[in-house]
Amino acid sequence: MNFNLAGLIKAAVLNGTPLLFGTSGEILTEKSGNLNLGVEGLMFMGGAFGLAGAFWYDQAAGGNASGIVAVLIALLCAFAAGCFGSLIFSFLTISLRANQNVTGLALTIFGTGIGQFVGEQLRLKVGGNISISNALKGSFANPVLPQSLQDIPFFGQVLFSYNGFVYLGIAMAIVMSIFLNRTRRGLYLKAVGESPSTADAAGINVTKYKYLATVIGGGISAIGGMVYTMTIAGTVWNHTALSGEGWVAVALVIFCLWKPLNALWGSVLFGGLMIMYLRVPIAFLPSQIYKVLPYIVTAIVLIIVSLRQKREDQPPASLGLPYFREER
Amino acid sequence: MKDKTPLIRLAKREDMAKSKIWMIRLAAFAVAILIGMLIFVIAGANPIKAYGTMLASSLGKKSGIRQVVKNAVPLLGVGLALAPCFRMRYWNIGAEGQITMGAMAASYFALFWYNRMPSALLLIVMAIAAMLFGAFWAAIPAAFKARWGTNETLFTLMMNYIAIGIVAWLQGGPWEGKPGSQIIPMFDQKAVLPKILGVHCGWILVLLLVVAMYIYMNYTKHGYEIAVLGESENTARYAGMNVAKVTVRTAALSGAICGLVGFLVASGVNQTLYSDVAGGVGFTAITVCWLSQLNPFAMIVISLLLAILSRGSSGLQTALGIPASISDIITGVILLCMLGCEFFINYRIIWRHKETAGKEAA
Repeated sequence: MNFNLAGLIKAAVLNGTPLLFGTSGEILTEKSGNLNLGVEGLMFMGGAFGLAGAFWYDQAAGGNASGIVAVLIALLCAFAAGCFGSLIFSFLTISLRANQNVTGLALTIFGTGIGQFVGEQLRLKVGGNISISNALKGSFANPVLPQSLQDIPFFGQVLFSYNGFVYLGIAMAIVMSIFLNRTRRGLYLKAVGESPSTADAAGINVTKYKYLATVIGGGISAIGGMVYTMTIAGTVWNHTALSGEGWVAVALVIFCLWKPLNALWGSVLFGGLMIMYLRVPIAFLPSQIYKVLPYIVTAIVLIIVSLRQKREDQPPASLGLPYFREER
Repeated sequence: MKDKTPLIRLAKREDMAKSKIWMIRLAAFAVAILIGMLIFVIAGANPIKAYGTMLASSLGKKSGIRQVVKNAVPLLGVGLALAPCFRMRYWNIGAEGQITMGAMAASYFALFWYNRMPSALLLIVMAIAAMLFGAFWAAIPAAFKARWGTNETLFTLMMNYIAIGIVAWLQGGPWEGKPGSQIIPMFDQKAVLPKILGVHCGWILVLLLVVAMYIYMNYTKHGYEIAVLGESENTARYAGMNVAKVTVRTAALSGAICGLVGFLVASGVNQTLYSDVAGGVGFTAITVCWLSQLNPFAMIVISLLLAILSRGSSGLQTALGIPASISDIITGVILLCMLGCEFFINYRIIWRHKETAGKEAA
C-alpha cells in the first residue's frame, strides 16, 4: 500500500477548514454566554447563499467575471446569511429570553430548510446541477501561494499548497485568540460570558456584547459552510455532504476547550477523521462503519472532557442561561 | 430622576388569563403564516395559490388525508417520547438514532424469524425488541450524563450518526438482498402491521400512548420526580430523589417509545429497513413537543399540522415546482415565532410614560 502522508495531511487540512470556521465562530458566540446550537443551520445557509452569490455574479458578468470579486461576493453572502440567522437567534434568546437549546434547534430546522430551498431553487432554475465556470471555480479552490514555495518537497505540499480560505481561517483564529486574550473588549466579552451580572455592574453593556458576539460568530460559522460548498464539494450544491458538519463544529468547541488556537489543530484532526475512510482504507472495516469514526471520536471526547473537570477547562460560567437584569 | 428610568422595563408575570395566552399563541402562528407568504413571494409564487395547493394536496383527497395521518403517526409518537425528557430539561436530540435502532431490531426478527412464529406473536416480538434497543441506545448517553455530567445534547446527536452508520453497513453488507443492490429485502407479509381505515394500525397505538403519557406525566410519582428534577436538580437531591436513576430511567423510556416508532415505520410504512428510516422525524418531533408545551393532547393537533405542511409542500413541488424544503422553512418560522411569543406571555412590558402617568393618578 502506498501511504502518502503529505497527501493525507493536505486533505485533512482542506477538510478541516470548514470546521475551523464553524468552530471559531461558535467559540466567539459561546464566550458571550450564548449556546447557539443552530450552527448546522447557519452553515447550510452560508453554503447555499455563498454558492448563489458566486453563481449569480458569474451569470451577470458573463465571460469577464473576476475571480477575486467572486470570492469576495461569496464570502460576503455567506457572512450576511450567517449574521441574519444568528440575529434571529440573538433577538429571541437575548431580547425575548427564549430557551437557547430549543431556539438553536429551531434555527437548525429553519437554516437547513433555507439552505436546501435556495440550493434546490437554483438547481430547478438552471435545470440540472448548477456549477460556476471553471475559471471561477479555480479562484476558489486553487492554491494561492507561488509555485516555487509549493515545489519544496513535503513541506511545500503540507504548508503552502492550499487555497486562500485555509490561510484566511488560520489568520482569523489567531486574530480571535488575540482579541479574546489581549484586548480590553475581548476581556469584557469573556466577563459577560462568565458573569453577566458582574459585567453589568461594572458598566459593560451586556446586551450589546452578547448581540455582537453572537451575530459575528454566526457569520463566521456560515463562512465555513460556504468554504465547504465552494472547495470540497466543487461548487455543486450537495446537502447530504454538508449535513453533520455544523454539529461536529459545535462538539469541536468543547474539544478545543473554548480556545481558538486549539481549533487550529482540532479542526485538522477532525477533518482528517472525516476523510480517513477514503485515504487510509482498513481491510475488514466496512466503509459505512469507518465513516462514523469522527462521530465516535466526538462522543469519546465528550466523555473524556466531562471526566477531567479541570478548572481552566470549563465552559463560560453563564453558558446557556438568559440574563435578566431585573431578576437579580 | 425621571430621566434615569429606562424607556422600557420588564417584569415577570404569571397571572395572564388562559384565553389571552392562546390568543397570543394564535397571533404568533398567524405571523408565521404571513412570513411564509413573504417567502413564497420571494420564491416567485402566488402565496394564496401556494397555500391553497398545499391544503388541496393534503386534505383535498382521501389518499392525501391518509398520507397526512401516516406522516403524523411517527411525529406524534416521538413528540410523546421527548416530552418527559424535555420536562426534565434533558435535551435528547438523539430520537433519530433511537428510531433507527428500534427499526433495526424489529427488522432483525422480521427478516430472520418470520417463518418460525405466527404473525401476531412476531409483531409483538418485533415491538418489544424495538423498544429494548431504543431504550438501550438512549440509556448510554443518559448514564454518562448521570455519572459524569457528559453533555447529552451532543452525545445523543453523535449516537444518531453512529446508528445510521450501522444500518447503512447492514444495508450494504450482512443483510443485503440481491448482492450489490444495497437494499434489504422486503418484509414477509406476516411482519407487516395490519391496516385499519387504510392506515397501518400504529395510529391507534400512538393515540393510546397520548393518554398514557398524559397520565404518566401528571398523575404518577415518576412524572412528579421528572418535573422536580427539571425545575431544579438540587431540590430533587434534597428531596431524596435518586437523580441518576431518574435521568437514566426517563431517557430509556423515551428511547423505548422512539424505538417503538421505528418499528411502526419500518413495519407499517416501509416494510423494509434502510438507513434513512427516521428521515428527520427525530428533529421535527422536537418542534411538535415544544409547540404543544409538552401537553400530549396538544401534540395531536401540532403533529397533524406539521404533517399537513410536509404533505402539502410535496404537493407544491409537483404542482408549482417549488422545492419541498419550503416546509422545513415554514416549520422553522412557526417554531421561532412561537418561541418568541412566550416572552409576551411571561413578561409584562412597562413603558416609562405609562408608569409615571399611573403614579400621578395615584
